[in-house]
Amino acid sequence: MAEFNLPQNSRLTEGKAWPKPAGAKKVTEFKVYRWNPDDTANPRTDTYYVDREDCGPMVLDALIWIKNKVDPTLTFRRSCREGICGSCAMNMDGKNGLACTTGIDECGSKGKVAIYPLPHMPVVKDLVPDLTRFYAQHASIEPWLKTTTPAPEKEWSQAKDDREKLDGLYECILCACCSTSCPSYWWNGDRYLGPAALLQAYRWLIDSRDEATGERLDDLEDPFRLYRCHTIMNCANACPKGLNPAKAIAEVKKMMVARQV
Amino acid sequence: MLSNSSMRTPLARVRGLGSAKSGTGHFWLQRVTAVANVLLTLAFLCVVISLIGKPYAAAVATLANPLVAILMLLFVISGAVHMRLGMQVIIEDYIHSEGLKILAVMANTFFAIAVGAACAFALLKLSFGG
Repeated sequence: MAEFNLPQNSRLTEGKAWPKPAGAKKVTEFKVYRWNPDDTANPRTDTYYVDREDCGPMVLDALIWIKNKVDPTLTFRRSCREGICGSCAMNMDGKNGLACTTGIDECGSKGKVAIYPLPHMPVVKDLVPDLTRFYAQHASIEPWLKTTTPAPEKEWSQAKDDREKLDGLYECILCACCSTSCPSYWWNGDRYLGPAALLQAYRWLIDSRDEATGERLDDLEDPFRLYRCHTIMNCANACPKGLNPAKAIAEVKKMMVARQV
Repeated sequence: MLSNSSMRTPLARVRGLGSAKSGTGHFWLQRVTAVANVLLTLAFLCVVISLIGKPYAAAVATLANPLVAILMLLFVISGAVHMRLGMQVIIEDYIHSEGLKILAVMANTFFAIAVGAACAFALLKLSFGG
């Protein structure tokens, strides 16, 4: 059965409360998930107090502030700090998003900011999830142009309106916010490809230059790979780029029906 | 079943046994029966409401009308098929032990057929004179 309780060694405990910054006027409390693979302790939530007048407005600014000024052992991924690399995807105030494009003030619904790694993924350390399977799922849909016709001298041509069909699809940065917000992916992520991989699958299915549409549909036509999507819509709600994976999946299902009915 | 050993590559594990190359029939039939159920449930409600407070003989008389009987029979069939498809999806979602899942999917089919057959038998008995 799907497990609704965490295993004993994954249950959260109350962690350390770090001291408040001396002399700070505006302070925000952060509750941050911590887990270290190098000891045998259960995961815990540490409490940090961030001096907002000494720190930028985004959640990532606060995490970097904590790492620099309070606790250098706090581990998280980040790179571009402007919402294009997808590294700092995490769960903030109960919602998946990018720490660099999420304002601290957007996620204080309980008076403090709760920060966890992306849900239902194996944790490498603290806020760093193991996305190995997620990337393999992306690879499995073969995200590249497939053609049989010999390549033309110059580029493959594409009508302007055909190119426009890729808008809302190509912008995906593979941050995994959508897939890890999807309950169907939580329960069946070993067989269901998840919204991110399926949005990319559709991006290649709808590409007018691609000649492998039928094979791509064959590979997706599966009760689990594709049809575990039950239009829950968490994916569209979570996407920090404003994309709609659920709609892309619905379009794939329409293509499946179109070639049979 | 395939091994899930950590020594297999992630791609091999994701590809698993490959695509079943089915599922669209299931998906499409669920939509078709859903649309049918909207119309047939309305017909069913009309029949039930028209029979509120009426005696057994009135029910037999109503169901003796071939149009009513056929609509009710279709309601039973469409409802049972839809119920089976929907429950199968729920089983596949939540039951991850392979053996238990196969048993549950099978039991679900038996249940839907048994319920459908019992309803159909009752309907036909009534419509042919009670």
